[in-house]
Amino acid sequence: MRQLAIIGRTVLGLLAAIGRVSLFAWGALTHLIRPPFYPREIGIALLHIGWLSLPVVGLTAIFTGGALALQIYAGGARFNAEAVVPQIVAIGMVRELGPVLVGLMIAARVTSSIAAEIATMKVTEQIDALVTLSTHPMKYLTVPRVLAGTLTVPFLVGVGDIIGIFGGYAVATGTLGFNAAAYIQNTVDFLEFTDISSSLAKGAVFGFIATLMGCYFGMNSGRGAQGVGRATKGSVEAAAVLILAANFVLTGVFFSL
Amino acid sequence: MITLDNVHKSFGSNHVLRGVNLHVAKGTSMVIIGGSGTGKSVAIKTVLGLVIPDSGTITVDGTDVTKADRDAFLARFGMLFQGGALFDSLPVWQNVAFRLLRGSLAKPRDEAREIAIEKLRRVGLTPDVADRLPAELSGGMQKRVGLARAIAAEPEIIFFDEPTTGLDPIMAGVINDLIREIVTEMGATTMTITHDMTSVRTIADNVAMLHAGKIRWTGPVSDMDAAGDPYVDQFIHGRAEGPIEAVR
Repeated sequence: MRQLAIIGRTVLGLLAAIGRVSLFAWGALTHLIRPPFYPREIGIALLHIGWLSLPVVGLTAIFTGGALALQIYAGGARFNAEAVVPQIVAIGMVRELGPVLVGLMIAARVTSSIAAEIATMKVTEQIDALVTLSTHPMKYLTVPRVLAGTLTVPFLVGVGDIIGIFGGYAVATGTLGFNAAAYIQNTVDFLEFTDISSSLAKGAVFGFIATLMGCYFGMNSGRGAQGVGRATKGSVEAAAVLILAANFVLTGVFFSL
Repeated sequence: MITLDNVHKSFGSNHVLRGVNLHVAKGTSMVIIGGSGTGKSVAIKTVLGLVIPDSGTITVDGTDVTKADRDAFLARFGMLFQGGALFDSLPVWQNVAFRLLRGSLAKPRDEAREIAIEKLRRVGLTPDVADRLPAELSGGMQKRVGLARAIAAEPEIIFFDEPTTGLDPIMAGVINDLIREIVTEMGATTMTITHDMTSVRTIADNVAMLHAGKIRWTGPVSDMDAAGDPYVDQFIHGRAEGPIEAVR
């Protein structure tokens, strides 16, 4: 009986959390289209989430692309299929690894930063101060970040895809003996429009999730340093899990029909 | 002007406000005293809508605060927070002019900056502070910037939450005098929360003591010493012995 009660409480807690996050997301979306707007805050968020994430995204992608080329070459050699390296690197990066790794890097870099910043603002009464200064925290803090995440992460995914493919190209042509022109030609010929559009669409969804989780956990943080720490940890965990779950769903939507 | 009528508020099993009744007349300075954790900040936050009371009514000029137009209502208020609550990412002048840079009170950027510098001067800070970040300022300077922000839009009603907490006695005296001067010259209605009896005697026209979630005593500051209430007497003289338990 006790075990049943624990399961019941857990399920109810989970459902309540889903409800709270859904309401928060709905609030963010409705505030997105209602004035006042804060263009300066949106600009700052675009810079921080998009532009300043480029180095970490680039480094992640290039090493992953290179490692992928080595793995495919080694694996392909078992059944004389070494030649498929350009195609598998391209499809692997664009369809899966590019969006997922960029999403996870954004969760690590941006979600944590947003959650810690907003949670600290809450703990130090800056959120209350915003309200007393006639400024809605959802409009001033959440909307610019969620908008910037949704707009810039597809761009980051696109850049990550290209750099990842380049990483594979550099390894394949530099150490595995592939012809440079043939590698590029194979890559271009193999990729389809759906591969690229699905990659960018995943980026938009992952950017929305990552920034929304940062804002949600920040706004709902507990008191003190411990509250800020918990909010930051919880936001990254939730963003990472939701990104992976959303990736599974989106992959099904794009490629299983 | 501000009336709290039988206001109750609980956080889980913690019943913080247990029927607060309080009236603050227009143009007067009300100081709320009371021990830590007695609900002083909660009481002030219910007026601003930062905390929603479980029951009871709060009116400002006869209008129920829950039914007032939110932006217009908040535009009448200024608040100095206990820790300053300055926005870390903005330079000092943008903190002070925050309300003047956006929303219904928005002014051109240059004009807003001029007003901010004037308000900073009013609280004893030089213009070179304007472009610094809050983290670069001392606690006393941050409090003064918070005060400048609270008065920047010349509100009718100003709330001060522990304005001298954490400051040395000289800086506390400076802040107390500033609050008194500003309130007098602006003719604002104010509510202040403090434990500091020097602040009470400098700032207050009227005093209310909050204890066990209710207003224990209220009256003019001049009557406070002769209130005849053992709780008030113990609190204002800072005695460990008395009806208020020292260990709570």
